[in-house]
Amino acid sequence: MEKFISLSSTAVPLPQENIDTDQIIPARFLKATSREGFGENLFRDWRYHKDGRLNEDFVLNDNRYAGEVLIAGHNFGCGSSREHAAWALSDYGFKVIVSSFFADIFKGNALNNGVLPVQVSPAFLDTLLNTVQKQPETKIEVNLEDQYIKVESSGDKAHFEIDSYKKTCLMNGYDDIDFLLSKRAEIKLFEKQQELARVSD
Amino acid sequence: MSKTLFDKVWDAHVVHTIENGPQILYIDKHLIHEVTSPQAFKELELREVPLFRPEQVVATADHNTPTKNQHLPIKDELSRKQLTQLSENCEKNGIQLYELGHKYNGIVHVMAPELGITQPGMSIVCGDSHTSTHGAFGTIAFGIGTSQVAQVFASQCLLLTKPKSMRISVNGKLRKGVLPKDVILYIISKIGTNAGTGYFCEYAGDVFENMSMEGRMTVCNMSIEMGARGGMIAPDQTTFDYVKGRKFAPKGDEWESKLEYWKSLTTDATAEFDKEYVFEADDIEPMITFGTNPGMGIKVSEYIPNRDDASFEKSLKYMDFEKGESLIHKPINYVFIGSCTNSRIEDFRVAAEFVKGKKKAENVIAWLVPGSKQVEQQIEAEGLKAIFTEAGFELRQPGCSACLAMNDDKIPAGEYCVSTSNRNFEGRQGQGSRTLLASPLLAAATAIEGKIVDITKHLN
Repeated sequence: MEKFISLSSTAVPLPQENIDTDQIIPARFLKATSREGFGENLFRDWRYHKDGRLNEDFVLNDNRYAGEVLIAGHNFGCGSSREHAAWALSDYGFKVIVSSFFADIFKGNALNNGVLPVQVSPAFLDTLLNTVQKQPETKIEVNLEDQYIKVESSGDKAHFEIDSYKKTCLMNGYDDIDFLLSKRAEIKLFEKQQELARVSD
Repeated sequence: MSKTLFDKVWDAHVVHTIENGPQILYIDKHLIHEVTSPQAFKELELREVPLFRPEQVVATADHNTPTKNQHLPIKDELSRKQLTQLSENCEKNGIQLYELGHKYNGIVHVMAPELGITQPGMSIVCGDSHTSTHGAFGTIAFGIGTSQVAQVFASQCLLLTKPKSMRISVNGKLRKGVLPKDVILYIISKIGTNAGTGYFCEYAGDVFENMSMEGRMTVCNMSIEMGARGGMIAPDQTTFDYVKGRKFAPKGDEWESKLEYWKSLTTDATAEFDKEYVFEADDIEPMITFGTNPGMGIKVSEYIPNRDDASFEKSLKYMDFEKGESLIHKPINYVFIGSCTNSRIEDFRVAAEFVKGKKKAENVIAWLVPGSKQVEQQIEAEGLKAIFTEAGFELRQPGCSACLAMNDDKIPAGEYCVSTSNRNFEGRQGQGSRTLLASPLLAAATAIEGKIVDITKHLN
C-alpha cells in the first residue's frame, strides 16, 4: 500500500447526504475480477445520462473543480460492502474523502486502500463546502501525522480522529495482512485452546 | 461482570488485543461468493501466501447468476468469467463450493442457515453487507470488504475495534398483516439510516421472541440499513429447533454439549448497552418506502412527510413523488419477491396465501425468485408453484436477481417496483428504476391489484 503522510490539493464539493456505494460504483460494473480501472465508472449514473451523454450538471464534469480531496455530505459510503467503491475513488485520483459521518464498512475499506476518510464536524464541513464552492482554487491541506485539515487561504483548521494503529499503517504503507501473518503462532495457539476446551466437555 | 449477548460471543473469539488499538478476532466461518472474492484470491497469490483454513470457507454463486435456464452456459461473458474464476479458485484452494445448479446452491445468506452452517455463538463473515442476517442465530456476523476477505484467507482472523452495543426492544403483539419486514422498516424509519453506525444491535422483546427463524433473519438482515454492522437475537428453543438435524448441524454428544453452551448466550439482566430504543408492537403497521434510502419509509396508510432539505427533495424528485402525497392507488408495473431479506419459504407461503385463487393485474410483471434450490423445491412440494403460476406470477431460479440487478433481471428506467429486497437506492434495481420496499404480503397484494393498496383494510 502507498504511504500517506500529508497532502495539499484543491477539492471537489459533493454536498449530497447518504451517498451509498451503489452510487459510487453501480453493481453492473462489479463483474471485473481485478482491482484496476473502476475510476472510469465512478459515480457513473450521476456523471452520465442514460444515453451516455455527459451530465454537465454533475460536479465531476464541472471544469472549475478538480483535486485529490472529495468533500461529501453526511453518512458517506452507506450500503453495500463493495470495496470496489474505495477502488473507484482511489483509481479516479481521490486520496482523501471528507465528510461529517462515514459508514463503517466503507471507512475500513478506504483505510485498507490508502484512501484517508477525514471526519469533521457538520459546521466545519459546511465551511469547507462553502469555501470550495465559492473559490474552487482553494487549497486544502490534510496532515495525517498531526491529524488536522486546513483551508490554506483562510487558515480555518480542524482536528480529526484516527485509530493510532491505522495511522501507523497508513504512514508506513503497511496493511493488516502483514500484521496478521506475523501473529499466526498466536492464532494457532488460540485454535488449539478451543480444541482442548471441546475435548474436556 | 455482567455481559451482553454480543460481549459473550465477541470475547470468546478474541485472540489478541493490541494496546490502544484493535483486537484480533477469530472467524469461525467465512462465506464467499463470486463478486467480492476474486481480488482477494489474487492478493494471496501475489504474496505467495497459502489459504490458512480452507475447510472453514464455504462458497456459493449468487450475485451474478441468471435466474432462467441455469443449466445452459451463461450468456454474459463477464459474468461467466467471474463464475469460472470462483470455481477455479475454490478448486485450487480446496474450498467447498455450491456452484450454480448444485442442489444446495442459493443466496449465501439463505443457503448457509439452511444447511446448518450457521450456528449460535459463531463468528461469521462474508464480503457482503447483509451477512448481518446470520445474527438471527445469536452469532456475530457482519459484512467485510475484499481486503478483509484476503485477511481472513491468510489468517482466519480480522483486526477490529470492538463496536459499541445497542438494543432495540419491541414489546407486545403484532397486528394482523404486520410482518417481520414491516417491523424492521418501521424501526429504520424511526431511528434513521445511521443510528446504528459503530454499533452491534441486539433485538429483544416479545415480538422477536415470538418470531420464526425466517422472520428473525429478515430483521437481522436489514441491520446494516440503519448503519449497524450486525444485529443479533439471543438463541432460544426456536433457534435450536431450526438448527437441529440440518446437514452440518452438530449431532449426538456434540449437539448436547453445544446446546448447553448456546443456552448461556443471553444478555445478563444487569448488562448495560451504550444505546437503547424501545418500541410498541401495536404502533407498527404495514410499511412501504417512498424515497431512495431504507429510512424513508411510512405506514402504507400514511402520507409522504414534508421535509425541507435538499437531499430529501432530490430523493423525491428521483422517485417522482410529491410531499404530502399518499401512495395508495399508485399504479405499479413491477413486483419482485426475493432477495436475502425475503426469499425463504415462509415469505412465499405468505404471498401464496394471499394470491390463492386470484389473478395478477394485467399491467404487472411479477417475479418470484427463491433464495435457494431448497426453497425452490419446497415451493413446488408444498403446491405453491401451482398457485403462483395460475395467478400469472413468474417463478424463476434462485439468486440475488433484481435486488441488485447485476444479472439481466432489471427494472426498466422510470418504472416503479414494489420489492421485498433491502435497498431502494437510486438505480439499485436497474438504471433509473424506482424501488418501493415492502413485505411479501404487500408485494403480493400489489401484484394482484396492479396498484398499491392499504393492505390492512384489505385483510379486514
